[in-house]
Amino acid sequence: MRKIVAAIISITVFVILTYFFITSSAPINYTTGGQYINPITHEHSNQSVPQQYLKDSKKDTGASNVVTAIVVEYRGFDTLGEVTVLFTAATGIALLLDELKRRNVPHDEPNFIVKVGSIVVLPFIVVVGTYIFIHGHLTPGGGFPGGAVIASGFLLLLLVHTNRGLPERKLSVTESIAGMTYALIGLLGLVFAHEFLENYLPLGTFTYLFSAGIIPLIYIAIGFKVGSELGGILHNLKGVHEE
Amino acid sequence: MMIFTVISWILAVLVIAPAIYAVESKDLLSAAIAAGFADLAAAILFLVLQAPDVAITQAAIGAGITLAVFVYAIRRTERWEK
Repeated sequence: MRKIVAAIISITVFVILTYFFITSSAPINYTTGGQYINPITHEHSNQSVPQQYLKDSKKDTGASNVVTAIVVEYRGFDTLGEVTVLFTAATGIALLLDELKRRNVPHDEPNFIVKVGSIVVLPFIVVVGTYIFIHGHLTPGGGFPGGAVIASGFLLLLLVHTNRGLPERKLSVTESIAGMTYALIGLLGLVFAHEFLENYLPLGTFTYLFSAGIIPLIYIAIGFKVGSELGGILHNLKGVHEE
Repeated sequence: MMIFTVISWILAVLVIAPAIYAVESKDLLSAAIAAGFADLAAAILFLVLQAPDVAITQAAIGAGITLAVFVYAIRRTERWEK
């Protein structure tokens, strides 16, 4: 009986949402006579926001990946907030699960294939992760995916070495230094370019590795930070007591 | 265009079917693995929809790290749902 009611409710919600999606598929009309209007300041322009990003991001930021240009340059302050959210989550997990480390659960030994395979695969995982966050301004990817790939390398280490954890202290030092680097780059923007997280380095040649000003520096800091944070989360969840 | 539609439908089924199994299953370990499979199919779907940035993140976090987090949590608690 409960399942039938749940099915009826979910189908009803699906139908209603689909109906609204179909009927309101025409874009909201902020335009009058070919002009786009900013709904807050009522300024006029002949470009919508996506058009402006696609057209100006090369000139403004020098990054060939427009997603990165938006995430790090135009919306850099939001990214700082996201990093802070992840930091808070990791700290909360470390606080809550500290108790677990005193109650060790016995682990089974992994088999031979996993042990030898990890030696072969681990360097490639780390190199791919590093590549993803160093080339964040040129190719798809960036600090968050690269850090997550490196953390999955940490996960492989945790799965293979069943009775050991990760070096917690080194991870937290790396994380703190990376986070401070991000904030410091932003504050230097306040000194040299009169705005927080504003670009103050030369843009360089488009599509080259050393280009796009502060974007690669910020993404390297984020890559280190996310990798060490997710590694710390996995270490705490595994809960190995190590002195 | 035709191939794109067919691939999208296949991937949609591959996302939705494991998700329903993950909700309904009483075995939490297989539910976690089904959720990881749904995440992996979603990553491929993002790649087909030309969002490689999101696809990389989804594959690394959804199919890799979240699954490990669930498995570690199940190891600490119980495998079977009451």
